[in-house]
Amino acid sequence: MSELLTITGLTKRFGGLTAVNAVSFSIVRGEVIGLLGPNGSGKTTVLNMISGHLSPTGGTIALGEETISGLAPNRIALKGVARTFQLVRGLPSLTVRENVVASLAFGRRKLWGEEADREALRRLEEVGLAGRAEHSAQDLTYIDQKRMELARALAADPELLLLDEWLAGLNPTELRTGIDLILSLKERGITILLVEHVMDAIRAVCNRCVVMNAGRKIADAPTAQALADPHVVTAYLGDAHA
Amino acid sequence: MNGKTILAIAGFIATIAALAFVPFVVGPYGVTLMIGMLGYVVLATAWALFSGPTRYVSLATVAFFGVGAYTVAVFSESIPYPLLLLVAAGIGLGVALVVGIATLRLAGVYFVIFTFGLAELIRQLVTWYEVNVTGTLGRYIFLPITPEGIYWQLLALAAITFAIAWWIGRSRIGLALRVIGDDEVVAVHCGINITGVKLALFGLSCTIITLVGAIQAPRWTYVEPSIAFNPTISFLTLIMALLGGAHRLTGPLLGAVPLFLMFEWLSANFPNHYSIFLGLIFIAIVFVLPRGVLAFIEERWTLWRRNEPVSGRTADE
Amino acid sequence: MLVTALLSGLVLGGTYALVAMGLTLQYGIARIMNLAYGEMIISAAFLAYVIYTGYGINPVLGLLITIPAGFAFGYVIYGVMMKPLVARARDKASLEIDSILATFGLLFVIQGVLLVTFGANFTSYNYLNVAVELFGTNVAANRLLALVLALTVGGALYLLLTRTLWGTALRAVAVSPASAPLVGIDVNKAARYAFAIGGGLAAAGGVVISMYQTFTATSGVVFTMKALIVVIMGGVGNVVGALSAGLILGVVETFVATYVDPGLTLAATYGIFLAVLLWRPSGLFGRRAG
Repeated sequence: MSELLTITGLTKRFGGLTAVNAVSFSIVRGEVIGLLGPNGSGKTTVLNMISGHLSPTGGTIALGEETISGLAPNRIALKGVARTFQLVRGLPSLTVRENVVASLAFGRRKLWGEEADREALRRLEEVGLAGRAEHSAQDLTYIDQKRMELARALAADPELLLLDEWLAGLNPTELRTGIDLILSLKERGITILLVEHVMDAIRAVCNRCVVMNAGRKIADAPTAQALADPHVVTAYLGDAHA
Repeated sequence: MNGKTILAIAGFIATIAALAFVPFVVGPYGVTLMIGMLGYVVLATAWALFSGPTRYVSLATVAFFGVGAYTVAVFSESIPYPLLLLVAAGIGLGVALVVGIATLRLAGVYFVIFTFGLAELIRQLVTWYEVNVTGTLGRYIFLPITPEGIYWQLLALAAITFAIAWWIGRSRIGLALRVIGDDEVVAVHCGINITGVKLALFGLSCTIITLVGAIQAPRWTYVEPSIAFNPTISFLTLIMALLGGAHRLTGPLLGAVPLFLMFEWLSANFPNHYSIFLGLIFIAIVFVLPRGVLAFIEERWTLWRRNEPVSGRTADE
Repeated sequence: MLVTALLSGLVLGGTYALVAMGLTLQYGIARIMNLAYGEMIISAAFLAYVIYTGYGINPVLGLLITIPAGFAFGYVIYGVMMKPLVARARDKASLEIDSILATFGLLFVIQGVLLVTFGANFTSYNYLNVAVELFGTNVAANRLLALVLALTVGGALYLLLTRTLWGTALRAVAVSPASAPLVGIDVNKAARYAFAIGGGLAAAGGVVISMYQTFTATSGVVFTMKALIVVIMGGVGNVVGALSAGLILGVVETFVATYVDPGLTLAATYGIFLAVLLWRPSGLFGRRAG
């Protein structure tokens, strides 16, 4: 067991507001970790700092032995971090296949031409979207756009996959499919950090949960234990219920 | 490659070959007209190469055009001719990279403002250099190049520019540009170095523009900064590319030919009121496009992508 | 030497501040990036020239004509040209591009009209061109007057914006165009008046410039550039920022011209501009973004 991601004293301030305050945790290779907390607690900000979308005000992020905090997002992507976005971001003027090729062509694989097309189709099959490969990305339904985004992230062959509320907004059937998909990734040994609100999903897939509130880490424990932690209950439901 | 692509390439080569014979058919005035038209076709195509997909509107066309023309004027006696073009291209590329590194990270509006003033800055620097270092303002260019020679050089440059634009459309960098055009955040997270891609395209586009200036310079015989750095050139290039459609290969061509002829006619018949007409036409263009210029570029771009899905590559398979 | 340079730097800076305040209102409140701004300045300079040489009305008194004319021109241009663009714009970026391109066209129209009317020659007139002794050095009276005028108009504008309800409404639009209507501010009206006031300030600036500089029909671009640079240095929509940045730019330019080389002033200006863009994109006096 070796640590894949090590976050130490991570801090982000926007003007006078401290969105993330000295957060530290680490992820072991192959783990699926849930990053939880009420809205505005700083989860997505943490994810954005790991992927390089935001640069930290303080603290460090290391991937394996290497410090990645402060690098540009494209450099971090090439080191093996891939992500999806809270509000799904397809590339509307491209086809579904091209969306995935984008990640194959410029990511770690550097595939192009027929080879890239074949690999893209294989990735789309994994998420059950092969039949729509030549459709325009903007014609997809919401769940299919989410699938496409996941295929795009997986095509990068990431060491670490960041999922930002990937299951939000799905109906119960879609949710079941989504959870199964994440479980299959887990079986393949992909390390995943997911920001999520759907408790069933968290219980089903996460080995461990890191819980944040108002920018600070308030719990870091195996899933069942973390969810039962009185601090966590207070953070989610308020003092009256504690 | 499929039959359609081969046909397109054959057609392209035939067109260039046919155009090469034009000087033998038309008179001296015809050649002059063709030089001007071809110059703008290349300028507009090169402009669209960068500004079309990235949506960074550059008003600096004449800055690079002027750099090319002035390089030829300054070194016409000390450097042999073909090498002179290389030197000009090198200087243009150098300036483009410096400007690009400084400004391409900025929001689009700052880029527009900066490029707007760049021509004026370079003009003043050249003037300063000429007055203080050379001691004269204005230079004569005596190069043994005929108008036909200039025309053929421009034709070759046009062919190269179209070939590059076509190649970019089907290459990895073409996909990178489309991803950047759609969503820069996704682009960086896919591993694309967006500043690098933009810089490469800006450098390429500016180098071609510089060469247009360099090739056309011998036509003038006499050059001074206010001639070489005439802001109307930036303005015309922009209108032509926008009106023809900056998003597709032949768009700038379709804009450049009719507009060039119209402006020729205007400047011949209304030399004094020329810039007033120019301005009014341009304002009219902005107003005619119903949801704005940016939306126009984007919609046409998207529409084009969807009608001709996924470049020739799929069709080839 | 030093005092002379400083004084002429302040004169120049006062002029820059004056014109930049107009542009900062147009861009900060009306959200129009006006590339024809310099042409509006030069038009006013020609107007001052005409009413002084043609009708013998001195330029200071002439301000009573030029400023309202500039205001009216701005008001009409906004209503006819800009309002439709604002109305149809989907977002900030598309309005920026449209307004830049439309005013780029306007630039050529105004320049063309000036060229046809006045030709391409350098123009100037003699008004109060007498030396006044100040701090042990001689300054031309017209330059001193230019500085006084710039500071007076600028100060009046500042008081208008900060001390009146109406000015507060304008500033509210600058800060948050989306929430201003919630407190009963008519954003369209505010934008139109801001653009018109910008036109009035451009006119005042043009008159001031014409009093101590030569100008041509084509020198507008340089003024637009300098005003833009001052606006960005001072922070978009920030009147005090524009005032300070204008004075700084004027002094720096004059020092470069005096101690380095007059031909390199624009290069120095650009150097400052780039430095500001790269290190403080929200302006020297703006709120730091992010």
